Amino acid sequence: MTSSEPIVSVRGLTKRFGDNEVLKGIDLDVRPGEVVVVMGPSGSGKTTLIRCLNLLEEPGSGTVRLCGNHVDCGTRQGGRRARAARIREIRRHSAMVFQQFNLFPHLTALQNVMEGPISVRNVPRAEAAELARRLLALVGLGDKCGCYPATLSGGQKQRVAIARALAMEPQVILFDEPTSALDPELHAEVLQVIRDLAGNGMTMVIVTHETAFARDVADRVVFMDGGHVIEEAPPQRFFTAPAHPRVQAFLRLIGPSHNGRPSPENVERT
Amino acid sequence: MDLLVDSFPDLLTGLVVTLLLGVVSFILGSGLGAAIVLAKISGNRVLSAVATAYVSVFRGTPLLIQIMIIYFGLPQIGLEIPPIPSAIIAFTLFTAAYLSENFRAGILGVDKGQWEAAASMAMPYGKTLRRVIFPQAIRIALPPVGSRFIALMKDTSLASAVTVVELTRVAEGIGTSTFRYMDALLIVGLMYWLINTLLQVGQQALERRMRKAYA
Ligand SMILES: Nc1ncnc2c1ncn2[C@@H]1O[C@H](COP(=O)(O)OP(=O)(O)OP(=O)(O)O)[C@@H](O)[C@H]1O
Ligand SMILES: [Mg+2]
Repeated sequence: MTSSEPIVSVRGLTKRFGDNEVLKGIDLDVRPGEVVVVMGPSGSGKTTLIRCLNLLEEPGSGTVRLCGNHVDCGTRQGGRRARAARIREIRRHSAMVFQQFNLFPHLTALQNVMEGPISVRNVPRAEAAELARRLLALVGLGDKCGCYPATLSGGQKQRVAIARALAMEPQVILFDEPTSALDPELHAEVLQVIRDLAGNGMTMVIVTHETAFARDVADRVVFMDGGHVIEEAPPQRFFTAPAHPRVQAFLRLIGPSHNGRPSPENVERT
Repeated sequence: MDLLVDSFPDLLTGLVVTLLLGVVSFILGSGLGAAIVLAKISGNRVLSAVATAYVSVFRGTPLLIQIMIIYFGLPQIGLEIPPIPSAIIAFTLFTAAYLSENFRAGILGVDKGQWEAAASMAMPYGKTLRRVIFPQAIRIALPPVGSRFIALMKDTSLASAVTVVELTRVAEGIGTSTFRYMDALLIVGLMYWLINTLLQVGQQALERRMRKAYA
């Protein structure tokens, strides 16, 4: 794979739940090192899109290509086994951070992070523990290795979840509103971890309503409405001069920080 | 009191047989119950239908009938099984039907997000069950499974109907030979109650320990 070839490439993606057509033909490319933020009103299909990227949701039609693994949706495409293997490869090379964390409650923070390396990547236990310790330290939780999720704050849980994602050594991390389930004062610690990842060149797709954060980390903002991508622009242009009136209305609705540079106090808020 | 002393050896034998029936059937029933629930959630339509039919039959018929079919019925088609194995087979089949439902409720009780977290890291199905789902499902299933164990302990008295000399049969025996039915039955009843109280205490301790493991 050459470095400019997209890590994620989606074409004509559709998805319906019964009569509800949620995605109506999405095209999206994410290049190595790129951070794409997905915004849009509630119900516009952001979660559904991000879940389609690693086939947690089975798209109705279209194609998903991730790290060279190509899945043709809505067709038989060379047998069930081959297809399942390709989906496994896609998931193997991507990681997902959920709104509700979805940590394994019966495992400690350390064991949560070790689980993927041990049971998916076949890393020896001692090595996995070492890696997990390093990653927990990286997200600022070096002292919480032995804690069970139930004893951690929301912000700490989400940081463990990010460490768990990193332990898969993914080519791309998918975030679905990583701070939406958190109390406002806990947003900053999680966003800071994601900022650091962006600074280190991690490829990410992030669904979020945090405009100040999006403006900081995004290389590109994708705006969804009614199952379509209706605007796609670098954050500078997206937040200051959006072309689509719906985007303008949306930005007016969700807050003041889209005018000019964000002030220091709203860098960490929203 | 003299009755208790005189029939102590018989009561002890009866107790051992009752415990044997209960514990062995429970262990075998757990294994079979797990197999049934795996068949049920396998996604294979035939396996799942067989599992559903099994549960329906063994939960929908009296345990006494099941025991008698195995001990009195099967010899008519040339299959003779001694009393204790007959009883154990019946208890195992019956308990497995109930336990599989308890296990299934436990599995369904695990948050959908756990499956998704495992799937998103490409964890294979078997490992997802073993390492993520079962450890949580067993905690959810523990109370009804414990109740099932206690119910089974009491149900073992039905083995007396197929000549197994367990506690209930011992009480009957003492009754007929001494005409002190009331005393004999009360003693044995008390013994069942003690066994089950111990089981209940054990179950509660286990539940407490499992809850602690989350924190
Ligand atoms: N599993 C499902 N079954 C049925 N309908 C669903 C399911 N998941 C999502 N939907 C529907 O799909 C539409 C898009 O949902 P989605 O969760 O993708 O929106 P979203 O943009 O993430 O919204 P939000 O900002 O509220 O998270 C909604 O109408 C929702 O009701
Ligand atoms: Mg959503």
